[in-house]
This record gives sequence, structure tokens and C-alpha cells, in this order.
Amino acid sequence: MNKIFEVPLYAYERSPDQDTATPVRHKVIVIGAGPIGLAAAIDLAQQGIQVVVLDDNDKVSFGSRAICFSQRTLDIADRLGGGRQMVDTGVQWNTGKVFFDDRKVYEFNLQPETGYANPAFINLQQYYFEQILVDRVHELQDQGASIEIRGRNKVAAVGTHDDFVKLEVETPEGPYNIEADWLIACDGAQSPTRRMLGLDFEGRVFEDNFLIADVVMEADFPTERWFWFDPPFNRGQSALLHKQPDNVWRIDLQLGWDIDKDYEKQPENVIPRLKAMLGEDVAFDLEWVSIYTFQCRRMERFRHGRVLFAGDSAHQVSPFGARGANSGVQDADNLCWKLKLVLEGKAPEILLDSYSRERVQAADENIARSTSSTEFITPKSEMSRLLRDAVLDLSEHYEFARPLVNSGRLSVPCTYHDSSLNSADALDGPDMTRPGSACPDAPLGDAFLLPKLAGKFTLLTIDADAPDSIEEDGVEVTRLALSVKDDLTLELKRRYLGKARSGVYLIRPDQHVAARRDTYEENAFRQAIRRATGKE
Amino acid sequence: MADLILTPNIDDADDFFADLLATHEGLEKGESDALNARLVLVLANHIGNSDVLKQALHTAALKDA
Ligand SMILES: Cc1cc2nc3c(=O)[nH]c(=O)nc-3n(C[C@H](O)[C@H](O)[C@H](O)COP(=O)(O)OP(=O)(O)OC[C@H]3O[C@@H](n4cnc5c(N)ncnc54)[C@H](O)[C@@H]3O)c2cc1C
Repeated sequence: MNKIFEVPLYAYERSPDQDTATPVRHKVIVIGAGPIGLAAAIDLAQQGIQVVVLDDNDKVSFGSRAICFSQRTLDIADRLGGGRQMVDTGVQWNTGKVFFDDRKVYEFNLQPETGYANPAFINLQQYYFEQILVDRVHELQDQGASIEIRGRNKVAAVGTHDDFVKLEVETPEGPYNIEADWLIACDGAQSPTRRMLGLDFEGRVFEDNFLIADVVMEADFPTERWFWFDPPFNRGQSALLHKQPDNVWRIDLQLGWDIDKDYEKQPENVIPRLKAMLGEDVAFDLEWVSIYTFQCRRMERFRHGRVLFAGDSAHQVSPFGARGANSGVQDADNLCWKLKLVLEGKAPEILLDSYSRERVQAADENIARSTSSTEFITPKSEMSRLLRDAVLDLSEHYEFARPLVNSGRLSVPCTYHDSSLNSADALDGPDMTRPGSACPDAPLGDAFLLPKLAGKFTLLTIDADAPDSIEEDGVEVTRLALSVKDDLTLELKRRYLGKARSGVYLIRPDQHVAARRDTYEENAFRQAIRRATGKE
Repeated sequence: MADLILTPNIDDADDFFADLLATHEGLEKGESDALNARLVLVLANHIGNSDVLKQALHTAALKDA
């Protein structure tokens, strides 16, 4: 059987750009059709911006890599088209088990929180995630949107200019040149663009290697997440077992630093390890095996003139807590509306510096969180190990110690609390919706709030008056008028008003709060719109 | 901000200290170290307040002493 990641989904085709005497200039070129490049391209195309994606491959991610996609990613995917399908294809789990040494120390049950359209996270192979986005690209093409993916188009040189970027692209039929007003480099952790521009990528390498295996098991293993600290079958190290769709299971085995990668990767050496973990009599097939050395690092800035970096090219985190693809999708979400306004001449270019600042903050947060997990899983000193083991021993008997166990924390969106795009908080409202926050979803009868806030500036009024729309210096804002009565579960009130009786929110196209007050006040909101678009 | 108590506060200081030593009696160094680590966590949870815990960490490090 052919795996989806073995089938070319965007095979090479000759482009008219290869036959012109002078290079064709595009609005936006995206390098890389990984999850981030695809998300960015779809976002732009949906908003009517012409975009070309170049990828040196013609298939989705080989092997599954990312498997855990968070609620925020699914909310964004809903806006891009595809979120529903991801949730339907994905696996949801809520029981987790923690093992220490040869025993189970405890198990937990993540009760899904109510009042959100999407689950807190799903498990889904990265190749499915990408495939759904590629399907969406084709759907947009059928609808006449100006978006294309050029497979086996490898960017070999990047030339930067004040107001455009020039690329040299290699194809099976020889090289050609093209240009773009703006370039988004989503070309992964090894980012050739970053290297060609001679840019930094600072951080630290964790001195550890992990064997990552996806196995297909027919056995009736429960849909749970199992994490082992220091198990008999992998002494002194950790192990993780996680369910994906199609009876595929992700296994992570920590191997330590001083190993022979090629030796460990051989199936004859992998299989005995897996048998020791799963039991001698469990039948399984190996779908994909790889060995990774994880790193935490980021670029100092994500914008360099007309080149914008997003996803792994801009930052890399260790995988505990599933932050790579999830944070990259949020980069694209943050970037695309800003780029659209700049391209349309409705906002100054410096708005794009806020992309860098906000997402650098997010990258630092993600690196800090995943570093804490890594340090718990792999204690660096004798004393860290002693304290770690003390937590685990106590967690077997006492609930209080369980929140200290850290085998990876759920990825949640960053609150850009001190962003220059925010206006001062003028509502005595809940902390979770203060300026900078990603809007939490809320039920509205049969529907949900977030789809109503998608892709444009919105003035959300809750039991408050305001005009139906405002335009400030070319930026249009449409009102969404709600009342606490629209949600009988009162989550809208709890999440957006708290003690306040009314509220007016200015919400950015990426569903982050830019400003809020108790009532509409024209001057304040006009100023807030200017701030949110980099004009103040 | 809640303050860490740095004046005598243990009901019966001598008894407590004797109990602490007794708990460690007969343990190997590794076992004792592990017990101390667990004790720190048990006490920290009882205190809970992050201001007080920060002051306690600072105090134990003898930073201002
Ligand atoms: C074992 C493992 C587990 C992970 N688990 C999770 C998880 O559970 N959740 C999560 O969110 N993240 C996870 N991640 C991270 C996640 O896989 C990455 O963050 C994600 O793939 C980054 O996407 P990207 O689009 O930035 O880059 P990539 O997916 O690396 O895509 C880069 C693309 O650029 C193309 N390219 C490169 N150079 C050129 C060139 N010169 N010209 C043209 N095209 C080029 C490549 O062909 C590729 O398609 C995991 C990673 C690993 C390794």
C-alpha cells in the first residue's frame, strides 16, 4: 500500500515563468509547502492576494513528525478551511498514564472543557494535516483564487532589494529566476534562506537523542497517552506512547547522548526495544523510524526587510508540548493580515515589525515551556534528578504532587500583553480576554463565536451600542452585536465581561484583542484602530 | 505580599528537630537525600503562596545572610 507521504501531491509542471525573458514579479512568494507555508499561502489567497509556493519536494511530510495539534491551531484551520476535517480525522484522548520505574504512579483524566467548538487538542499525523491543506489549495484554485504550489522548485539563491526579492529556482528542467514584492521563508529548521542571507540562529542543543517510531498495531491498545520515566526497558531514560489515527502509534524513546545513530535506527535494533516496551506477543509493523537531536533556538528577528521568516525557519523547540507546528501556524496567522494591509497600502511597513516582536515573544515562551519539560524529563544534575524522582514518588500517593510532573505541557496561544498594537485596558473584565489575548471561543446557541470573528477587524459589542461599521484611514471594522442573552450557558459573559455589565472589544483579524472598554467611545476606538495597524 | 516567617514559630522546636533526625535514622545517604527532597515538596505544597516560597528559597540560599 502506498502511504500518502509517498504520493506526489503537487508534481512538477513547467510554469510560463520559466520561459520569459525577464523574471516575472509576484506579490508574495512562499518558500516551503510544509504546514506553515501552506497555512500562510491559503490565508493570503483567501484574502485575494496572489501567492506562489515553491517547494523542492512534491509530497507531504515524510513520516508523521508532528502529531499533536492544539485548539488554537484548529481554530485557525477553521478559518483557513479544513479544521472540521482535521477534527474528524484526528484522534481525541483524555486518559493519560504516568509510569515511573516499573510501576504506574497515577493516571489522569482530562475532562474536555465545555463551550468551545474545538477540542483542546487532537492527535493527527502531520502528513494528514498537510494533505488537508493541500486539498484546500486545490479547492481555492478551482474557485479561481490566485494560488499555486510548484513542486520540485528548489530555491538556490535569494537576492534582497529594498522593495523586492529575487530568487533563483532550480527545477528538473533547469533554473529560472522570479521576483516577489514579499518573500515568506517557511523552509524549515535548516532554512536555506536563512543560511543564504547569512542570518543568525542562536540557542542551545539538548545533549540528547530520541528514537521516534511510528508503529502500526492491530492490537486493542486503549486510546491513551502513556509516559514512562526511567522504565526497565529504557533505563535512566524516558518513553512515550501516543495514539494516532489508523492504528498508528507514536513511540518516543530517549536514547541519551553518546549513541551510534545509524546503529540505533536499524530495524533489527529498534524492534527488540519496542518489544520490550509493548510486550513480546504484541504484533506491530514499523511505519517510520527516525532519530532526532532536539534543539531550542530562534532568530533574533523574524523580519529582514522584505523577507519574513515563519515556522521552524524562525524558531525551533524541543517537541515536548507540541509547539513546533502549532506555533508556526500562529506565526502565519499573525503575519498574513498585516502583510495584506501593507500590500494594499492601508498600513505602514513597520506594522510587519510587530509581527517579529509578537512572535519572538511567543517563541521565547514556547522555548521556556518546552525547556522546563525537557529538564524534568532529562534531569541535568544529580540534584535535579533527586527532586524529579521525589515528585514522581509522591505523585503515586498524593494528588498535590501531580501538577509538578512535567512530561510536556499543552500548547496554548501566547498573549501579546505588551504589544505596541494594544491599547490600554479600559474594561474591568476577565484576565483571559485582556488586550493581547487570543479570543477564547464561546457558544452562541447552535453556533460559536470564533467563526464570526474571522479574518477581519471586528468591533464586538456585548450589551453595548456602537455604529454598524467604522472606517479609519482605509481600515474597515464591522460590528458584531451580541448580548449575554445569546449564550444561555453564560460562558460569553464569563469570558468577555466578568463583573462588567457591558463590553466593546476591538478584535484583530487574527482574533487577538487589540482594545476593550465598557462602552463605545468613538475617539478611543479610532485611536485603537490606528495603533493596531502600526500608525501610532 | 505575604511575608515569610523568620522568627521562631515551631510549636516545640526540640521535639521537631528530634523527629526530623529520627525520620532519617538508619537510612543510607541516597535514601535520606530522597526523603529531604520529598519533605521540601510536601512543605512547599502546604505553604502554597508563591511570594512566601520565593522568599523561602532565597532565605535558604543564604543570599542576604
Ligand atoms: C519527531 C517530531 C515530533 C514533532 N511533534 C510535533 C507535535 O506534536 N506538534 C507540533 O506542533 N509540532 C511537532 N513537531 C514539529 C513540526 O514537525 C515542525 O515544527 C513543522 O513541521 C514545521 O513546519 P514548517 O512548515 O515550518 O517546516 P517544514 O515542515 O520543515 O517544511 C519546510 C518545507 O520547506 C521546503 N524547502 C526547504 N528548503 C527549500 C528550498 N531551498 N527550496 C524550496 N523548498 C524548500 C521543504 O521541502 C519542506 O517542505 C515535531 C517534530 C518532530 C521532528
